[in-house]
Amino acid sequence: MIVADKKPIEEIIEYVKDKKSILVAGCNECVTVCEAGGKKEVGILASALRMYFKNKGEDVRIDEVTLERQCDHEYLQEIAGTVREYDGILSIACGVGIQFMAEEYPNMPVYPGVNTCFMGATEERGLWVERCQGCGECVLAFTGAVCPVTRCAKRVLNGPCGGSTEGKCEISKDVDCAWQLIVDRLKALGRLEDYEKLFPIKNWSTDRAGGPRKVVREDVQS
Amino acid sequence: MRLEYSSSIKIIRVPCTGKVDVLHFLRALEKGADGAYAVGCMEGDCHFNSGNLRARKRVEQAQKLLETIGIGGERVQMYNLSSAEAPTFVKYAEEMYAKIKELGPNPLKLAKEKAA
Repeated sequence: MIVADKKPIEEIIEYVKDKKSILVAGCNECVTVCEAGGKKEVGILASALRMYFKNKGEDVRIDEVTLERQCDHEYLQEIAGTVREYDGILSIACGVGIQFMAEEYPNMPVYPGVNTCFMGATEERGLWVERCQGCGECVLAFTGAVCPVTRCAKRVLNGPCGGSTEGKCEISKDVDCAWQLIVDRLKALGRLEDYEKLFPIKNWSTDRAGGPRKVVREDVQS
Repeated sequence: MRLEYSSSIKIIRVPCTGKVDVLHFLRALEKGADGAYAVGCMEGDCHFNSGNLRARKRVEQAQKLLETIGIGGERVQMYNLSSAEAPTFVKYAEEMYAKIKELGPNPLKLAKEKAA
């Protein structure tokens, strides 16, 4: 899933301080799981903003909505009837949802209420970790399903580097060395011979280096 | 025991303070309460292991948020006691009552009066 983190309320207030009616829009997907932009967070943010403006003596309308998904025009259409009533939308979906919202309603100012961080998962309640960088050419088949592109600070493909000490990365004692994890896993799988194989130079044009990316599937296009 | 405490304190029962969320405190203040506090079991004695510890964290979150938006974080508090401590319950109720009395009414009420 896409992991996001709440923006500080001060920053959000700065975006919307001149508005007279704001729609706080959440998303029922990834940001709900990472507790940054679901229905509950919409309620908290909207309530806090209502109190902020009321306390300043300003009459600002703050409404709440949580869509099934914001990264889908179909669901964004659900607010088409009421969206004109607002001066701006404060979206707490991921960056994708926020941009799709802006594309769906081109004349409506849309502001982010979260910082979108990475593709990851919930390791434990309140702790989300990065697991994929969407490099476009997956190498997990050769690394015992541990991603060196994401989990190695240097994205080293034939590791470990010299900074690996007792299974930890030199950038921090809290960060596992991805290549230690890979070797441990390959050993457990009885596939250590895979470690001996050298990775050829990776084609990074499928990563961000090639600019914004697209996946085109003619077989499913209408 | 039939102990007495301020009649302006209204009790909302929850199965465990772990059920209480930041949103509950915010909504209470938004709707005009001058303050809100959670009373949980003693730390370490939670029947569900960590309900009261979670509640404390949520209280702290609500305090931070309320402080930032100018309502005042002190209006939200967390207390712990055992269910057999009625005098302590009353003591905390009076303590909270005094604290709110000192802080004055919910600033939203004053803002509303000013606007009128």
